[in-house]
Order: sequence, then structure tokens, then C-alpha cells
Amino acid sequence: MNQSSYATQVQLNEQGQLRHFLTLEGLSRELLTEILNTADSFVDMSAQSVKKVPLLRGKTVVNLFFENSTRTRSTFELAAKRLSADVLNLDIKTSATSKGETLRDTLWNLEAMASDMFVVRHPDSGAAHFIAEHVTPGVAIINAGDGRHAHPTQAMLDMVTIRRHKGDFSRLKVAIVGDILHSRVARSQIHALNTLGAAEVRVVGPKTLLPKTIESLGVKVYYDLAAGLRDVDVIVMLRLQTERMASAFLPSQGEFYKLYGLSRERLAVAHPEAIVMHPGPINRGVEIESEVADGCQSMILKQVGYGVATRMAVMSMAMSGQTTQ
Amino acid sequence: MNIAITGGRLIDPANQVNGLLDLYLAAGKVVAVGASPAGFVADRTIDAGGCVVAPGLIDLQAHLREPGLTHKGTIASETAAAAAGGVTSLCCPPLTQPVLDTPAVARLVQDKAAAAGFARVLPLAALTRNLEGEQLSNMVSLREAGCVAFSNLGQWVGNTQTLLRCCEYAATHDLLLFVRAEERSLAGGCAHDGATAMRLGLDGISEAAETVEVARYLLMAEETGVRLHFGQLASQRSIAMLREAQARGLAVTADVAVHHLLLCDEDLDGFDSRYHLQPPLRSALDRAGLRDALASGVIGALCSDHQPHDAAAKAAPFAATATGMTGLETLLPLGLRLVEQGVLTLDELLQRLTAGPAAVLGLAQGQLAVGAEADICIFDPQREWLLSAQNLRSTGRNTPFMGQTLRGQVQATLLAGRVVFERG
Repeated sequence: MNQSSYATQVQLNEQGQLRHFLTLEGLSRELLTEILNTADSFVDMSAQSVKKVPLLRGKTVVNLFFENSTRTRSTFELAAKRLSADVLNLDIKTSATSKGETLRDTLWNLEAMASDMFVVRHPDSGAAHFIAEHVTPGVAIINAGDGRHAHPTQAMLDMVTIRRHKGDFSRLKVAIVGDILHSRVARSQIHALNTLGAAEVRVVGPKTLLPKTIESLGVKVYYDLAAGLRDVDVIVMLRLQTERMASAFLPSQGEFYKLYGLSRERLAVAHPEAIVMHPGPINRGVEIESEVADGCQSMILKQVGYGVATRMAVMSMAMSGQTTQ
Repeated sequence: MNIAITGGRLIDPANQVNGLLDLYLAAGKVVAVGASPAGFVADRTIDAGGCVVAPGLIDLQAHLREPGLTHKGTIASETAAAAAGGVTSLCCPPLTQPVLDTPAVARLVQDKAAAAGFARVLPLAALTRNLEGEQLSNMVSLREAGCVAFSNLGQWVGNTQTLLRCCEYAATHDLLLFVRAEERSLAGGCAHDGATAMRLGLDGISEAAETVEVARYLLMAEETGVRLHFGQLASQRSIAMLREAQARGLAVTADVAVHHLLLCDEDLDGFDSRYHLQPPLRSALDRAGLRDALASGVIGALCSDHQPHDAAAKAAPFAATATGMTGLETLLPLGLRLVEQGVLTLDELLQRLTAGPAAVLGLAQGQLAVGAEADICIFDPQREWLLSAQNLRSTGRNTPFMGQTLRGQVQATLLAGRVVFERG
């Protein structure tokens, strides 16, 4: 069974509507476009004084985070509250699993509380799939990042950003720079860009941070930043985790910045109206120069704003898909 | 007890026999092939019409989980599974608790196996004490206690000088090493380092994890003359090295687990933990290379790598699950799929399951000439059956073939002339 059919089987109800949101792989352009359109409507709504809609009123959303994340968790919390849901935040490291409880038992214990939706972030790839397969029918699972596999809401908010500021995907060359190997964001972005018809998707980094088989996802590989950024319309910089130096992926942060850091000089070889994006949090001086991060081409803070709207879109669509089954 | 097995097709690859021949047993041994001996009166006649009568299968790697891991299986349950699978002799690896690195544990395992009486259990002792990869175990004492070979499973001997000395010591006493070629620093991932693992975000295990160790051990064999058997090879790049070493006259053999010949890394899609195996399922290219090697004989034996697990061990996100599948009862029908697919003839398959593994260990079993021990597997090669939890005797239900229709079913198994399994 290939991933596309597996993913759609688990994620979509019989009407083809979203009922879990686990991965972008295998989802159609129509569905991704529907998510973008719904997110746009929530962006426009958040500019008004009344920011709440009753779409999830009476529903309980549980943020189940097995990994640290203040930013993503708070945007999900805000999104759920703007949909009028009741929200429970569970930081699992301080609870029973640190005492050896298995994921499956944690899930069963939580289900006794009758929640309607779990937003899950977990260090193991496939964790969101596992939970979706073991949860009571009727409960929606939103993947907030599983291991290296997928971060579909981040990729969708990135697509919202690109569409709002650069328009039609078919004209766009996009470069994703940095630690692709360990990045769930990069994998999800590549699926989204290809499904939405981007003209060209490039990945740029040293061989130690680029999987050997990455081209099979439909990307062009560049080891040289200047070549990789030439004429691109969108640059996505990925965060470099400091642990990578310790395991011999790179000699030092300094050398990485020299070769792959986005400085003003490097940015200059891209299209003059190229936008700069970063899923955050940024490491100033490691992957990106401060002036670029704070500059007029940077969308970094706007991404955060679109994040709430995108998550509202996904959560309302998935809840709707569960209840109309 | 005098037993006549009549009406079946006797296939005994070791003796180049394949024909409609009856078999006559007395006092636990084969006394005649073809025609009944003068004055033979059978106490029991087994009708093997429509079946193949073969030597009992010899499985070079089957975990019995006892002592210490009895929530996953016991010697009694897993040897019963062996008998149901037509396996009459099996090697159990030293990954028990306590580790099989003392004569006491070796004797415990053999005593429990004898008490259960379903199969011959040939213990593999740990190469190093407590699986620590540093100090040699008491190899000669372990051999005297019944261990047939020394396995490095679960122990990576990182220090090459230590490894050289292990090999020299083993060579001194003509001891056989069972090698799982797995370089620890490269083997930390959970799936083959290919496109599927990359898409699923699973930490990949490069084929170098196997080939680097195969190369290292082959060089040790050349240096010391130690006899080596590589267990459960998974990478086609290892084959070329193995073939070249055999051509040069090194005493090196190998086996492959049957699932590595039928599955590949593409089957991992969907994060199904039943495909979480060690060594991992590698690429379709590797599968093809391993099939060629088994057909040509560079790999001389087919095994199950039986690893029963409790349900909880497989109920977690992929990387957090235990590796391995239960396999004693599917070894033969899955092997028969290779015959169906034209990889091997039926004779060749049975050779790789009987005479081939027997030759690796220098066992007298694995053949049915007059005077041989009556270890026999009678199976219907056409009978279809559904693999379900109800008809598995192993405690483990962890197999991706669950729910499939398999073709080829054991009808009876005899161990030293005693019926240890009979269907219906």
C-alpha cells in the first residue's frame, strides 16, 4: 500500500473531507486550496474587532505536546479559543509518560475525559498516525509535528504566506535551505509546493544535511547557496539545531553561516522581490543575518499571524469532517 | 515403534532423492526407503498421499525467549510452534535473561527443550560475556555443554584487536562463529536508508552498517582461519564479498531470513510496526540480489529469524516498537512462495531448509538415508490456509502476513521417529 492511499484512507472521510490532519502527502490540490481559502477568510476575520466564531463551541480540544513548544502550542490554543472551543493543555513530559506509561495507555486515559480533538506533537515519526489509528472514532487528530516526518499546519501557513504575498504558485521558484535531513517542516513544504504546482522546488545544504534520496520527492538539489538562490522568488531558511555540530554533521556554526547563512549579499542573487521565510525560532547569525530577518523582504512575523488563521481552518475542517461521517 | 509413511513424494536433497517412495522407521531411525524391509510390521501407518515427505526443517535462528522473556514466549510454546511448522532442529540465540554465556544456562535451555519434546534445540552461545563485546565467553566449556556455535548477536565487538583475538581463540578450537554483521555506530536507525524512510522521516540505517562488518569479519577469517557463518544478510552488496571469499576457499557460509526475500522497504508505508525488523527490510534491488544468492548457493540456508513479541511491544509509533516477527510457522509456506515465483525449485528450497543448514553446523540431521534419525516433515504443498491468531501456536502474533492465505501446510512432524505434531 503506498503512502498516498494510506494517508488518504486515514485522513479523509467517505465524502473526501478532512477528518484528521496528519500529513500533506497524498492530499489533492483541491483540498489544499480549500484549506488556503478557509485560512484566508480567518485572516480577514482576525483584522476585525470580534475575532471569535462559534464553529467549535462546546467542543474540547486537547493540546497533547510530548515535545517543548511554546510558540506552536500557543497558536493552536489561540486558534481553538477563537473557534469558541474549550482548551486543555497537556505538557506530557511532566505527567505519567515520564514514569514509563506507554503512548497507548496515555491515550486511553485521556479518552476517558471525552475530548473531541487532540493536537499532537511527538518526537517519533508516525506518532500522529498511531494515535489516529487507536483513538475512539469521532475524535479528530491534528499533527503538530511528528519526529522528522511532517508538520502539515506549518507548511500550510507557509503556503498561505506565499500565496498572499507572491500569488500564483506556478510562476514561483522556491528554495528551502538548511537541515533538510532532520526537518519535518521541509518534507511537508515540499509536498505542498509540488501539489500546488510550484514551478521549481530546490533544496540547498551540505550533503550531511540532505538525504541521499531527497530528489525522489520532486526537488532539485544544490550544495552551493549562491547557485541555489539564483533568481528564486521564495527562500525558506530552516533552523540549524546546535546539536548537529556535536554529531559531526557540520564542523561549526561559523562555517555553516559562511556557506549557507542568508546574509544580505546572498539574498541579492535571488529575485529582487523575493520573500524570506523561516518557521522559527530563528538563530540570528547562524542561518540568517539579523538585517535580513528584520528586513523588508522578511515574512517571518507575518507567518506567525497566518499561523493562527491556518490552524483555525484546519481544526474547523477536521471537526466538521468527523461530525459529518 | 515401527512407522510406515506411505503414498507420499519423498524429497531428500542431501541424497538426491525425489520420487514416490515410502519410508520405514524403527526405533527412531530410517530403516528403509522405497520397499518395506522383510518382516517389517508397522505399528502405525501414516498416509502421506498428496504430500511431500522431507527431512525435518533446520532453522538456524529462532528466538525462544526463555529464560527471562517469557511474556513473549517460552521454550515449550515456541518449540511447539516449530513442530507445527515442520521444524525439527533450531538454533536459539543467546539473547536471554540471563544471557546464554554459561554452561548452566545452556543446559537449562536444553533440558527444558527435551522436557517439552517438540524439537531439537541447538543453543548459540554468546561470543562475549554478558553481551558486552569485551571479554570472551568460556567458549570451549560452552561447546562441551552443547552449544553448536558462538553468536555476536546483541554484542558489537568494537575493538578490532579484541575481535581478532576472539577469532584466533575460536579458530584454535575449531569453533564456529555466527555473525550478525551490524556496525553499531551505523545501525542506530530503524529502517533502510532509502526513499521510503526519508519520506516517512524514519532514521535510516545505511547498508554500510552490514557491509563494513562483513568486510571486517572476512578479513579476520583470512587472518585467523576462523570458520564464519553470516546470519540474516540483508544487503546485496554483502553477497559479492561473500562470493569472492568462498571462491578463495575461506570457510564462510551465510543464511537469509525468508521475509527478506519477499518484502522490501516499500512495505513500510503507513508506519506499520510489523515491518519494523532488524536487519531492516532493504531495497527491491537488495531483495533481488539476496534471491540470486540463495538460488546460486552463495547463501546456503534459509531461516525464519523467529522473534515472537507481546502485543504491547509492537503497539507504539514505529521507531519505539520492538523489532522482529514471529516466523516458525510461516517459514515453509513463505519459502514455497519463492518456488511459486520461480526463484528456486522445490528441491532447492528443501535443500536450503535441510541439508544446507545441516552442512553449516556439521549435523547428521537434514537427510533421510537408511540409518538417519527419523526427523521428518510431511507437508501438503498445495493446501491453502488462512494465517490467523487462532491457528498459530507461537505466543507471538506479530507477523505482517497475518490474515493472508498461505499455500503449503505441514500435516505431520516427527522427531526421532515420534510424532510431535499432527494436523486435525
